[in-house]
Amino acid sequence: MSQLQEKDFTQKFNLSLFKKLFFHARESWGDLARLAVCMLLVALADVIFPLLTSYTIDHFITPGTLSGMTPFVIAYLVTMTVHISATFGFQYFASRIEADVCYAIRKKGFRKLQELPFSYYDTTPVGYLMSRLTSDTQSLGSMIGWVLIDLIWSVLMLIFTAAAMFALNWKLALIILVVIPPLALVSAWFQKRMLPTERSIRKLLSRITGSFNEGIMGAKTTKTLAREDKNAEEFNVIIRDLKHAAVRSTTLSCLYMPIIISIGAMATAYVLWRGGHQVLTGVLTVGVLQAFINYTMQVFEPIRAIAATFSQMQSTQAAGERVLSLLETEPDIADTPEVIAAFGDQMHPKKENWPEIKGDIDFEHVDFKYKDGTQVLSDFNLHVNAGETIALVGPTGAGKSTVVNLVCRFYEATSGVIKIDGEDLRTRSQLWLQSHLGYVLQEPRLFSGTIMENIRYGRLDATDEEVMEAARLVNAETFILKMEKGYHTDVGEGGSRLSTGEKQLISFARALLSNPRIFILDEATSSVDTQTEQIIQHAITKVLEGRTSFIIAHRLSTVRNADRILVIEGGKIAEMGDHDALMAKRGAYWRLYTNQFMEEQSMEVLGGLSQTPKKNF
Amino acid sequence: MYKNKLLKMRHLIWMNGWYFLGATMALLLAILMDFVTPILLGETVDRFLLGGESTLPAWANAFVDRIGGPEWVRRNLWSVGLCIVLASLLSGAFYFIKSRLSSVACESIGVYLRDQLYTRIQKLPYHYHVKSEAGDLIQRCTSDVETMRTFLGDEILEIISSLFTIFVALVYLLQENVSLTLWCLCLTPALFLFAWLFFNWVSKSFAAADEADGLMNAVLQENLTGVRVVRAFGRQKFEVDKFDRASKDLRNKSFNMSKLLAVYWSGSELIGRVQILITLILCVIYVVRGELTLGGMIVFTTYINTVLWPIRQMGGILSDAGKSSVAMNRIREILTQPIEPEEKDALTPPLDGDIVFDHVTFGYDGGRIVMNDMNFTIPAGKTTAILGATGCGKSSLVHLLQRLYDVEKGKGTVSIGGVDIRSIDRKYLRTRVGLVLQENFLYSRTLKENIAIAVPDATDEMIDRAVTDACAKDFILKSDKGFDTVVGERGVTLSGGQKQRIAIARTLIKDSDILIFDDSLSAVDTETDAAIRKALKERSKNVTTLIISHRVTTLSQADHILVMEDGRITQQGSHDELVKQPGLYSRIFNIQSSQESSPPAPPQGC
Repeated sequence: MSQLQEKDFTQKFNLSLFKKLFFHARESWGDLARLAVCMLLVALADVIFPLLTSYTIDHFITPGTLSGMTPFVIAYLVTMTVHISATFGFQYFASRIEADVCYAIRKKGFRKLQELPFSYYDTTPVGYLMSRLTSDTQSLGSMIGWVLIDLIWSVLMLIFTAAAMFALNWKLALIILVVIPPLALVSAWFQKRMLPTERSIRKLLSRITGSFNEGIMGAKTTKTLAREDKNAEEFNVIIRDLKHAAVRSTTLSCLYMPIIISIGAMATAYVLWRGGHQVLTGVLTVGVLQAFINYTMQVFEPIRAIAATFSQMQSTQAAGERVLSLLETEPDIADTPEVIAAFGDQMHPKKENWPEIKGDIDFEHVDFKYKDGTQVLSDFNLHVNAGETIALVGPTGAGKSTVVNLVCRFYEATSGVIKIDGEDLRTRSQLWLQSHLGYVLQEPRLFSGTIMENIRYGRLDATDEEVMEAARLVNAETFILKMEKGYHTDVGEGGSRLSTGEKQLISFARALLSNPRIFILDEATSSVDTQTEQIIQHAITKVLEGRTSFIIAHRLSTVRNADRILVIEGGKIAEMGDHDALMAKRGAYWRLYTNQFMEEQSMEVLGGLSQTPKKNF
Repeated sequence: MYKNKLLKMRHLIWMNGWYFLGATMALLLAILMDFVTPILLGETVDRFLLGGESTLPAWANAFVDRIGGPEWVRRNLWSVGLCIVLASLLSGAFYFIKSRLSSVACESIGVYLRDQLYTRIQKLPYHYHVKSEAGDLIQRCTSDVETMRTFLGDEILEIISSLFTIFVALVYLLQENVSLTLWCLCLTPALFLFAWLFFNWVSKSFAAADEADGLMNAVLQENLTGVRVVRAFGRQKFEVDKFDRASKDLRNKSFNMSKLLAVYWSGSELIGRVQILITLILCVIYVVRGELTLGGMIVFTTYINTVLWPIRQMGGILSDAGKSSVAMNRIREILTQPIEPEEKDALTPPLDGDIVFDHVTFGYDGGRIVMNDMNFTIPAGKTTAILGATGCGKSSLVHLLQRLYDVEKGKGTVSIGGVDIRSIDRKYLRTRVGLVLQENFLYSRTLKENIAIAVPDATDEMIDRAVTDACAKDFILKSDKGFDTVVGERGVTLSGGQKQRIAIARTLIKDSDILIFDDSLSAVDTETDAAIRKALKERSKNVTTLIISHRVTTLSQADHILVMEDGRITQQGSHDELVKQPGLYSRIFNIQSSQESSPPAPPQGC
C-alpha cells in the first residue's frame, strides 16, 4: 500500500497547477467567456431587484399614487428576463464546460494510457488508473465549470452592491463595508478547519467500503476461522469513528452559517439605527433604507461563496495533481521521431511504408532488469528461424515471460539488441511489430460484445465468413452454435458469461484471424475438462502452423511438438534442444518432464485437469 | 408490502426519536425566529419612522411603553437593531441545535445500518456467500446506506422546514389580509406542480446519464485489464475510438441532464419572479388604497420570498424519496436473509474421538447427490489421507466437518467421538477444527496479523514456529517489510503457493483437535510439501489429521487412506494394502511411481 498511498492533499495552493488545468480546458475558453458574461448579468440583476422595491416605496407609496406603474412593471420584467435568461445561460454553459472538460481530459488520458508501457501497468493498479479518469476527472470538470462561477458572481456582486450603496448614500455604505473583513476572516477560519475534517470523513468512508469489500470477499474464510464476531467488532470501531468525525464536522459547519448570518444581522441592525435616524431627519427616503437593509441581508453570501470556492479548489487540487501526473507521464518505450516519420504513429500509421515481415528473431547479448534492480535476463543470446516453434520451460521467475515480452517490445532490453529479420526492433514502429503479432494469454481476456465482435478483434475488416472460418479451424464453432444466439451471443463483461475453456478457444480464433507472423502463447495453467483440453491442443497446433512462435508451455504435448525447447533457469538458457535430445540428457528438462507427466496422468485418471498446478511447464 | 416498507423507515426514525424530536423542535423555533426580523422592520417603518399604528401584539406594546414609549424608541433606534441581532443569534442557535441533533440522528442511522449489514453478512450461512455477487452486495452496503442516511437525516427535515415556513407565513399573512395573501401565493401550487412533474419527467434522462457513466467505466476497465490484448493486436486506435464513443455519449447525456436542470431552475424562477411582481404591485395598490401599511408590505414581500424558494428544492427532494425507498428495500433484502441459527443448547464435547460417517447421503440445496450412503471412520489422533476424483464429494466432506453445511435429518449422521456433529456448537467446532482450503483468502493486513488472525494473543515465538513449520519463513523474510508486509487487496499480491503457506501457518498456530488440508499443498512443490508434512507430524502428534491430495508420496505416508469415487468410498486401508488391490489407488500409484526412475528427492527443510 505504501508506495500507492494516494497523495490526497497538498496544503499549499498550487497556482501553476491551475494554470495548467486552465490550459487543458482551452477548448472551453469561449464558453468560459460566455459564462462570465452571464454571471455579470446575474449579479447586475441581483443588485437591481432591491432597487426596484425601493422604487415602489419612494415613487408610489410615499406620494400615494399609482401613476407610472407601467414603466415600473416593464423595468421589473426586463430585469427579470435578464436574470432568468442569464441564469439559464450560466447553467447551460457551466454544464457544457463541465462535460467538455471531462471529455477532453478523458480523451487525453485514455490516449496516454494506450501509449504507456507495461512497466507502468505493472506498478499501477487498475483501480487507481480508473479513478484518475472517472472521479478525479469529474471533480476537475465540475470545478472548472461550476466553482469558478461562484467566484465570478461573488466578486461582481460585491462590486455592484458597493457601487449601488455608494451611489445611494456613501456614508452609510462606508459603514456597511466595515463588516466585510470580519466576515472574510471568520469564513477563512472556518473553511480552513472544515477542509481537514471533510477529508478525514472521506478517508473513513473509503475504509468502510474497503472493510465491506473484505467482509464480503473473505466471508467464507471468516467462517472457517469462526471469526465473524471479531470482524464485526473491528468494523464497529471504524463506523463509530466515522460517526464521531461526521458529527464533529457538521458541528463546525453548523456553527459557521449562524455566525456569519449574525454578523450580517449586525450590519442590518446598524443600518436600521443609523439609516432610521436619517429617515427621521429627512436625509434618507424609506425606500433607500429598505434597499440598504436588503443589501445587508445578503452581503454575507458572496463572501461565503468565495471562501467555499477556495476550499473547493484546494480539495480539487489533489485530484488535479493526480490527473496531471498521468497526462504528463512520458512513456519510456517510445518510437523515435525518425521511426514515426517513416512508419507513422499509433493513430496515423503509414502502412504503405511498412516492410514485410519474415519472422527471424535474434537476441544478441540481451540483459534485462526490472526498475527495482532485479536482474532477470543476463547476456541472453538466441537465434530463431522464421517459422520455428520455441517452447520455453523453467521455474517461475526464471525469465520466460521476459523473453516473450521483449520480443513483443512490451519491455525494452536494458542492454543488448533484439532483431527481427536482422533489423533492430527500435528502428521499426511498435505498431508495425504488434500488428504482426498474435498473442494468447494465460488468462484469456475478452471484451464486452458478441462472440463475433470478439473474434473480429483480431482483424477488424474480416468478413463474417472469415470470422466463422477462424472459429471452425480451432473447433470453437461447436460450442458457439450451441449458444442461444450463436455468433451473436453477448459474452458479458470481460467474457464473464463464457467458461475459461470457451474464452480460450475464442482467443485462439481471434489470434488466428489476425494471421500473425509471430505468435506468442502463454499456455493456460488451469481448469478445463479433458475434452476441452483436447480441442484446445488441436487449436494450438492449428495456430502455430507456419509461424515463428514462442510458447510458455505448461503441457507436455505442447512441449513435445515444439521444434526447440529452451529450459530457462536464472535468466539463462540452461538447456536447449528437441524433446528426445533433452530427455537423453537426463538433466533439468528430464526432471521437469517426469514430474509434470506424473501429475498430468494422475489428473487424467481422476477426471479433469481442474486441480493440476503446473508451475514449471 | 408498501406499508411494511414505510414501517421500516419509521422504525429507523423511532430509534432516534428523541434526536429527531429535538431537531424538529429546534427547527421550528429557528423558523419562528426568522420571522421576527421582517416584523420588526415593518413595525419600525410604520410606527417609529412614519408614526403610524402598531401591529404588534399587546404584550410587545406593553414592553415598548415600559421602556419609554414609541418616542424613546424613535430616539434610540439601536434598540430595535439589538432585537434584530438577538433574533438572529437565537435563530442561529436553534439552527445549530437542530443540525447537531439531526447529524447525531442520521449518523446513528448510518452506524446502525452499516453495523446490521456487516454483522448480518458475516453471519449469513456459507452457501449464501457461495452464490452471492460481491459487487452488488457492496453497493447495497455503501451507496444505498448513504442514500438512506441523507434522506432520513437531512431531507425529511428539509421537507418539514419548507412546510412549516409556508404554514407560519400563511398564518401571519392571512390575519393581516386574506385576499392579498391568497393573491400573493396564487402561483405556489403551480410551482409545486412544476417541481413534481419535472422531476418525474426527467428521471429517465437521469437514468440514461447514470447508465452512460457505467458504460464508460466498463469500457475503461476492460481496456485497462485487457491492455495486453490491446497491445498484442495493435488495437490502440480501435480502443481509443471505442472509448471516445462511450465518453462522448456520457458527455452528451450528462450535458443533456444538466440542460434539463437549467430549464427547471430558470422555469421555476420565472414562476417565482412573476409571483413576486404580483405581490409587489398588489401591495403597492393596497398601501395606496390604505388597506395595508408600508410595514405590512415589507413583511409581505419578505415572507413571500422566504416561502417561494424552498418550494423549488422540494421537487428534487421528493424525487429522492423514491430512490430512498428503493434503497431501503435493497438493504432490507439482506437484513431479512436467514442467518445461521444460533443453537442455545449446543454441545461443546471434546473432539479427540473418532470421526464416523454413518450412512451419510448429501447434496447441495437438494441438487445432485455428492455423497451417497457413505460409511467410514477417520481414526482419532491418526493421519488419514483421501484420494478422489474431481467432484467425488471430497469438498463436501470438509464442509460437513466444519458444519458449513449440515446433513439433512434422516440422511445419516456424522459424529465425532460419538456425538452427532449437528448438536455441536458451530463456533466451537470451527475454532477447534483447523481447515486449510485450496484457495485461501488473506485479509488486507500485515503478514503477521494474518498469521495471528485466529489467535489474537499469539506470541512472536508462536508465530515464528508456525511460519517455520509452514515453510513460509523464507519468503516472508525476503519480502520488503518482512512480517509487516501488508498483503491482500490493499497490499502486495502473493503467489498461490505463498498464500497457501500463510494459510497453513495461520491454521497451525491455533491449537486444533482436528486438522484438515483440502488439497492445500497443491500449489507448493513436492519438496516443500514433504517438508511441511514432516513438520506437521512432529507438531501435531495426537491431532486427527485429514489430508486430501492426489500425490502418492503424500498419500502413502498417511496411517490410513480412503479412496472416494462418485460419492462413495471404494477402497480404504494402508498404502501397502491398497497398492496390491486393483483400483484407483494402484492406478495412480503406477503412473506416479513408473516415472520415478530415480528416487524422489528426500524431504529436506525448506
